[in-house]
Amino acid sequence: MYRTLLLSFLLSTIWGVHAQVPAADEISILYIKQLIDRPPVLANLDAVPEDEGTAGARLAIQDNNATGRFLKQQFTVQEVLFNASESADTILKAVQESKHHFVILNLPALSLESVIKADVGNDKLLFNVGSADDRFRIELCRNNLLHSVPSRAMLGDALTQYLIKKRWIDWMLVQGPLEGDKKFADAMRRSAAKFGAKILTEKIWDGGRDARRSAQSEVPLLTQGKDYDVLIVADEWGDFGDYLMYRTWTPRPVAGTQSLFPTGWYWTAEQWGATQLQTRFYKLAKRRLGDKDFAAWVAVRSIGEAATRLNSTESKKIIDYIQSPKFELAAYKGRKLSYRPWSGQLRQPIVVTTPKSLVTNSPQEGFLHQRNELDTLGFDEPEVHCKRN
Amino acid sequence: MIRRLSAAIALLILGVLQVVYGATAYVSNEKDDTLSVIDTDRMVVIKTIQVGQRPRGILLSQDMTMLYICASDDDAVQIFDIKQEKIVGELPSGADPEQFVLHPDNRHLFIANEDDNLVTVVDIGKDDVVAQIDVGVEPEGLAISPDGKLAVNTSETTNMVHWIDAKNFSLIDNTLVDQRPRHAEFESDSKTLWVSSEIGGTVSIIDSDSKLVTRTINFSIKGVHRDRIQPVGIKLDQQGKYAYVALGPANHIAVIDRKTYAVIKYILVGRRVWHMAFTPDNKYLMTTNGVSGDVTVIDLAEHKAIKSIKVGRYPWGIAIHP
Repeated sequence: MYRTLLLSFLLSTIWGVHAQVPAADEISILYIKQLIDRPPVLANLDAVPEDEGTAGARLAIQDNNATGRFLKQQFTVQEVLFNASESADTILKAVQESKHHFVILNLPALSLESVIKADVGNDKLLFNVGSADDRFRIELCRNNLLHSVPSRAMLGDALTQYLIKKRWIDWMLVQGPLEGDKKFADAMRRSAAKFGAKILTEKIWDGGRDARRSAQSEVPLLTQGKDYDVLIVADEWGDFGDYLMYRTWTPRPVAGTQSLFPTGWYWTAEQWGATQLQTRFYKLAKRRLGDKDFAAWVAVRSIGEAATRLNSTESKKIIDYIQSPKFELAAYKGRKLSYRPWSGQLRQPIVVTTPKSLVTNSPQEGFLHQRNELDTLGFDEPEVHCKRN
Repeated sequence: MIRRLSAAIALLILGVLQVVYGATAYVSNEKDDTLSVIDTDRMVVIKTIQVGQRPRGILLSQDMTMLYICASDDDAVQIFDIKQEKIVGELPSGADPEQFVLHPDNRHLFIANEDDNLVTVVDIGKDDVVAQIDVGVEPEGLAISPDGKLAVNTSETTNMVHWIDAKNFSLIDNTLVDQRPRHAEFESDSKTLWVSSEIGGTVSIIDSDSKLVTRTINFSIKGVHRDRIQPVGIKLDQQGKYAYVALGPANHIAVIDRKTYAVIKYILVGRRVWHMAFTPDNKYLMTTNGVSGDVTVIDLAEHKAIKSIKVGRYPWGIAIHP
């Protein structure tokens, strides 16, 4: 804890530039991140950057301040970093004891759950930028909690719409052994039922095989059976999914968590100024922009955009405005983004991409909705059990 | 003798051809690093010229001898000599130049540096940067009032029009507009400014004195989702009658009556239409269509698309030499 506080103090000194412009009105944002212990994976080619998410918030602070100087508004972020082993209570306490009105949470689902189930006061707006768990959108939604990171349901729907458009509707599903794998597979099952794809066969990858050594013999065996159009893989941590490609019994494409995958942000996006955002991000972080960075960027930019439109730094006004129908944000995705009132989820197009080239952005043309086509992705109002007001 | 004669005839034909050649349109192809050169009488591509990386904004010098090209990924504005048909130099531009505009004094070039939140002013005569003005995030659209007094810049992520004194290069005021403002054009009397907002889906009409938005124009095309209507380029005709707005992935040009501000027609063009230019005789409007990689020619008397010309990949800017 001591180390955490020291770190946050240092970071706020580095990133907070309020000392230079005392005349401006200041909006201070609290950013809380808990590290996640990554399980050992076979395809351990890509490291998870330590500042994942955090760097996106930092860039948005820069962007907000570039706008804020015309309105005498100053934005700062205070960063607090917790180890994976830290108790959920400690994290909750950090939220409860802070005087910040805007709190960005980059937490694993368990810690996030304990924060949002507790009373953190009515004067705070919380942004979830770390958890894709659908439960926070349909069962555990609450006032003043927004999600700028897409839910698994949105990701599943985005991919499925494209597969339906291609008429690749007969699926084989291979699910990994971890909890996230099951949740992603569940999202794909739900999407299949929603849009009319069929899961003909389901298989479990039991984790006992070393796919690098034995993929050539294991994968053909695993993927034998009823013929299908596309192999859907549910492997959130990237353990084995990459090894399914080109090793299936019959020549079939792979989609899901690997090969062709849906995500909130990926560097193959270039349109609507995406290149500019990525160039700015690369200058700051010396790496590529990822989905959690983008979610944190959107959260901080939402606060900035509201402050600009209102020409005010009053937290209550900003909290109300972001959640009102007037709010819209341009965020390099070619559509106005806004938050769904029933779940607090950010409406956004989802990138469907391969590791080196963008395939499409969902929603796909032809998937219609009475209110907003973006609401064809994820849980719609009638499907949400919890109440926000 | 016969050989000489045929050579003379050939020369004669060439000469005649050169006379026949009317205006020339230059189109920057963002993903090919080339310019497509179009003969606007025959409306065909006659040449493709290699230029710097990711060329976007292009414009002609007042005396029509030079073409300036924003080579965004080379961090340079290239100078293309029209007669010699080659790049003859570079101007200091600041990083990632995307759009620019030339002051009526034919001397000061205002450049938007997208990555650095700056507008750079270059003195072309001295080949030197004379000012850098802090603006909002991702500056893009630039315009200078015809009376030479005001420069404006739109910033795509800050969502503002920044008003700059074009004489002393100081920031005067800012006007908030809809999401992602891309392009600005002044009316010839300098009193009114048109600004397109790509993601907002609107065009704002702004009074130059008060700097306030006096009117917002909305668009609606049957069968096209409103989110796909993304205004980018704006052109105002010399007669003061019509404004033309390129609507991006809606694949249409909107024709607006400048007295009533009503949209009177939508003209179907190529895919993801960016920018436009009038031919010198004001008979045609040519549009660059990014995704379909072509240029659409619109007959202005009929307000009808009459031809499409295949160019390079992702055509972006267009300038027409008389």
